[in-house]
Amino acid sequence: MNPWPFVIAAYAVTIGATGALIGWAYAGMRRAETAADELNRQ
Amino acid sequence: MHAFANPTRFLRLARPATGWLLAIGAVLAGAGMVAGLTLTPPDYLQGETVRILYIHVPAAWLGMAGWMGIAAASFSQIVWRHPLAAVAGRAVAPAGAVFAFVCLVSGSIWGRPTWGTWWEWDGRLTSMLILFFLYLGYIALAAAERERGGEGRIAAIFGLIGAINLPVIHYSVLWWRTLHQGQSISLTGSTIAPALLWPLPLTMLGFTALFVAAVLMLMRKDLAEGKVEARLRRAARS
Repeated sequence: MNPWPFVIAAYAVTIGATGALIGWAYAGMRRAETAADELNRQ
Repeated sequence: MHAFANPTRFLRLARPATGWLLAIGAVLAGAGMVAGLTLTPPDYLQGETVRILYIHVPAAWLGMAGWMGIAAASFSQIVWRHPLAAVAGRAVAPAGAVFAFVCLVSGSIWGRPTWGTWWEWDGRLTSMLILFFLYLGYIALAAAERERGGEGRIAAIFGLIGAINLPVIHYSVLWWRTLHQGQSISLTGSTIAPALLWPLPLTMLGFTALFVAAVLMLMRKDLAEGKVEARLRRAARS
């Protein structure tokens, strides 16, 4: 059995899930802090 | 700890720390993964599949550490009513759930060429799956409680009760000797050859930094949303 497809799949899942978590957290934080800053300016 | 329970003080520290943790985490995790894929020798028994170690072990550690964080936040919320404790618990839960999921999936992928099966109802695998479901339960409970305007005490009690699963995960390989291998890394040493082991601290530190960065960003999001909601409520009343 060729082990590389398994190794690549495991790394792809890890990088994809970590990237998605970071991207989701960053987008949510930016959106919320921008809304709070706009409210402060009003 | 008590000093950082003040949201203003927390934000003063969290804003610069987020960027640093993201940068350090990306560099260390990236370097560890590249080293694990290209610079270490294959294992004499498992061959190339041993390279999954460098992502599976940090994911398992962070899946469990996340619930330790939830339990600590729950305890400080119930005992000291820290204003940031519920915010911290809600922020740790999705990050912990992601790494528990990565641990389960990478372990399953590792199991197929090594054990000849994608899944086995082994003590370690089953207790880790229970941890993942506990995260989903905590996320749903904390969100529902926040929507109702609650303080998050029910979620905190759930967080403390769920911590019972942590020693079960840790000792599962000793209590039920089935398919998952025994403990090979402890605080006192490791049974893994140094030639294979050295990239692991890099990915452990790197993914931990990314985990903390994600938690800080989710806490900042929660605090900013809380500020907007409070202002809108005040405006609606006047």
